[in-house]
Amino acid sequence: MSVEFRKELFANERDDNLNEIGKGTQRQDALGHVTGRSPYFDDHLFEGLLQIRCVRSPHHHARIRSVDYSQAENMPGVVRIIRPEDVPNNFNTLLSLLNFGRDDEPLLSSKKVSYIGEPVLAIVAGTDRQARDAVAAVRVEWEVLPHVLDVEEALKPDAPVVNEVYPNNTFDYHDKYDHQKLRYGDVETAFSQADRIVEGRYQMSPIEQAPVETNGAIAAPETNDRFVCYTSTQALFFSLGTAAKLLNVSSNRLHFIGGTVGGGFGGKVDSLVEPMAILACMLTGKPCRFVWDRQEEMQVGAPRGGERWYLKDGVMNDGRIIARQFTGYFDSGAYTRLSSYAIIKGTAHLPGPYHIPNVKADVFCVYTNRTPATAMRGFGVTGVDFAIESQMDKIAHEVGMNPVEFRILNAYRDGDMKAHRREAKNCALIECVQVAAEKANWPIRDEFKQASSMVGGGGERAKIPHTVTDEDGKIGERRAGRAGAGQTRTIAPSTPAPAPAAYTPPPPSAPPAPAPQPAAGQPAYAHPAAAPAYQPAAPHAPPPVTPAVAPAPPPAPAAPAPASETSTPSARPVNRPGYSRFASNSGFRRR
Amino acid sequence: MSISVKTFASSAEAASALSGDRTARFMGGGTLIMRAVNEGDQSFSTVVLANDPALKQVQPQGDRLIIGAGVTMAQILASRDLDFLHPVARAVGGPAIRNMATIGGNLFAEPPYGDMTAALLVLDCQVMLAGGQSAALADFLRDRAREPRTLVASVSIVRPQSGVFKFRKASRVKPKGVSLMTVAAWVPQSGGRVSGARIAYSSMGPTPMRVPAVEQALEGVALDEAGIANALAAATSGIEPPTDAIASSWYRREVAPVHLKRTLLGG
Amino acid sequence: MSKKPVQFTLNGDSKAVFVEDGQNLLDVLRRGVGDLSPKYGCGQGTCGACTVLIDGEPHLSCLTLAETVEGRSLNSTGGLAQGADLHPLQDAFMRHFAAQCGFCSSGMLMAAKALLDRNPNPSRDEVVEAISGNICRCTGYEPIIEAILDAAQSGAGRRSA
Repeated sequence: MSVEFRKELFANERDDNLNEIGKGTQRQDALGHVTGRSPYFDDHLFEGLLQIRCVRSPHHHARIRSVDYSQAENMPGVVRIIRPEDVPNNFNTLLSLLNFGRDDEPLLSSKKVSYIGEPVLAIVAGTDRQARDAVAAVRVEWEVLPHVLDVEEALKPDAPVVNEVYPNNTFDYHDKYDHQKLRYGDVETAFSQADRIVEGRYQMSPIEQAPVETNGAIAAPETNDRFVCYTSTQALFFSLGTAAKLLNVSSNRLHFIGGTVGGGFGGKVDSLVEPMAILACMLTGKPCRFVWDRQEEMQVGAPRGGERWYLKDGVMNDGRIIARQFTGYFDSGAYTRLSSYAIIKGTAHLPGPYHIPNVKADVFCVYTNRTPATAMRGFGVTGVDFAIESQMDKIAHEVGMNPVEFRILNAYRDGDMKAHRREAKNCALIECVQVAAEKANWPIRDEFKQASSMVGGGGERAKIPHTVTDEDGKIGERRAGRAGAGQTRTIAPSTPAPAPAAYTPPPPSAPPAPAPQPAAGQPAYAHPAAAPAYQPAAPHAPPPVTPAVAPAPPPAPAAPAPASETSTPSARPVNRPGYSRFASNSGFRRR
Repeated sequence: MSISVKTFASSAEAASALSGDRTARFMGGGTLIMRAVNEGDQSFSTVVLANDPALKQVQPQGDRLIIGAGVTMAQILASRDLDFLHPVARAVGGPAIRNMATIGGNLFAEPPYGDMTAALLVLDCQVMLAGGQSAALADFLRDRAREPRTLVASVSIVRPQSGVFKFRKASRVKPKGVSLMTVAAWVPQSGGRVSGARIAYSSMGPTPMRVPAVEQALEGVALDEAGIANALAAATSGIEPPTDAIASSWYRREVAPVHLKRTLLGG
Repeated sequence: MSKKPVQFTLNGDSKAVFVEDGQNLLDVLRRGVGDLSPKYGCGQGTCGACTVLIDGEPHLSCLTLAETVEGRSLNSTGGLAQGADLHPLQDAFMRHFAAQCGFCSSGMLMAAKALLDRNPNPSRDEVVEAISGNICRCTGYEPIIEAILDAAQSGAGRRSA
């Protein structure tokens, strides 16, 4: 393999004696991989190993009226039924490890289920088949409840309450707001001064990590009243801490062995399989194995959560973006897990690697009746980056600029103040974009080839501007029907949104006009002014003080409508021929 | 209930075991039945196998061929008599699946599987059951949901003349990918005009099916862009394409004429 | 539950196990025989992680009824190396970084071995088709294809099984 080193870039900032980069160092487990000896969690043999399978919800949202396992527990090979009340501490949230957020999720649910696949009972048996047969014999009486699958629908005052710990269908940030705020400068004034406004609506569906190895764990009794747990987890200490808490044992009684993961990509951090395997082991005294099959991995396994972003930019004719406003919705699914943190991470990332002197963002962690979301490559950032970069291309097209030059123009430079009030250092976007353009044979003009991250930043651009703040969107206001920040916005041109549960195709539309391509030797883009230093907005009277909104007490959680079958339950029998096997319960992707 | 496996030396014995046991299913290559066993399918508990060599035979019979129901896709690919079916067999699964999947099993495959069956539909396929009865494939498909314990002994198809049989499987992933839409076509010509065309799809409905509207629109036309225009317009006439994890009904409607055209004209 | 005796050879060694009715070959190899090299990825025949060779031909062990391999000759990745010497395919996989998480590697190697044993000089298209039944979520397939072509170059197909 050969690596091209661009040593001329930032040459005086680095020692280029590289010991590992570019040398093709072999993985320490490569030999194990090619000989079939790498020890994944399931590659451990135990005599008398028992198998665990769960009874799972076929509905998006339902109350559990009764669970009758009387037939199941007498079936051949069944060793133990694990009920919600058998879990020593049956309420947790993953980030309680960091004291962030409130416990909101049981290991086994007893009152209601809030997503398809949520487990209500676990059965431990001698073989996988015996466990499956017993699961099929369990009778659950469900009271189907209305469900919500769309992030904006979930924020409406009359939306069903998905997660009773967060009855507004949003995570509570800082005990104050139903969203995470970022405020920097004064976007409204900047919008009024901009030559044009460009808006966009961007959406990313949930994405299943789909590793070839499914999630699983084997737990067995070990010496000194300890339990050994072989697990597929990517987050060994997360899993150990979560198991210790759910099972109410001190962590020094748990011996976790991980390390070789058959693909994770973020999908093996939720730590749901280890506590179950260890609990079964505690209750039976036998080694116990809890492995998701492929159906469970795809349906129950947490995906990267879907996101929806509205962007509004104030742009000058010379291509400078002077204001950017975001409204972002992360679909956390039915429980919090890591999504509360994803929003913080994503918000800190805004407005992207560009110098924009006025930024406003409201970012929501929304609960819907979808599979709870978790991490995946670029957790918290990938979705909004897709939105940002799509928007950058859109703006470049509208102002008639070469999209690469447009990015160089707006790129942050060393010394610029960023929206979260840290100075930008070691910027390299400009250089990356220049090299990419060169590799792609995408022509850019000389002045853009000569731009540098180390030139043009700081000075006026380093100053924190006067910032307009607000107290919109306090916890409970939205739910009570009082308008706050982040209301649903329509943008021009608006794109028809697919209905959440039943897909309605949009009418066929004409393909978008192709972006102007630079003809050889003849740039098609208007020549912009040389990248100017930021000019602060014309002095103006300080903005009127927003009248303080009298804090409202959070409303009592709305009583869910008593059911009757207004929504058709999605049937999920154990044997699933035909279409139902292929229906995605996270909605249908637009093709 | 636990699984029990019964193996018989002849298909007649196997058929008898099937008909006498409502919890029984026949296993050919295992690609359908073992999946169901692995997933804990509760609708059957007895698996019936037959080691009958007749199930693996390929017999030319005049202008037809009798193919034992147990003949695998790999066997088809190795058979010179079945060379016209090679593009179809190659489109089924990957190499390991082709070593296991049988032509008889394909008749029972639920959507989005069933590519071989679409091809058989245009090849005038007769399905011969182990008890001696036979049925046209279309009738067999209509009844198959009601008769999961039928044992197919063989299928009989007509051998096409060169250039008459066309097949195309559209999938997102290549070379192996689940079908988004599969088109099989039988387009004999007489005097430069299509005469007696047969068109079948799979992944476009609950079973592979013939498409009469397209067949009628092809009657008497030249096999070129202008000639097939009406047939393309009728590509999904009378059909309700499904929405599944592969594609939406809307998308299938949109692309059906494209894949139909590529099947008929190549390219 | 009744159990049936099944005898077969695995990587040249004679094996005898008792299998349950309905038990698949993957489970029997892993837990009955103790060969942990084939893996469970789907149980549906879509991922190929469980691929083994039966009489030299690739089969999906998760979809194979264990009792049907009576008297057959099986190969798995666990038996690919000759003692301490790696098979050229294994060596090539390492040199080309064709394994990241490694979970697909066992199945890939079996598919590749079946190809090279039958066709010692495959084209790139033939390699792609040979591994078309094996899913990899990590490498993007290119390193695997390069490794197999490289192994073919160094005569892997002419080596006795």
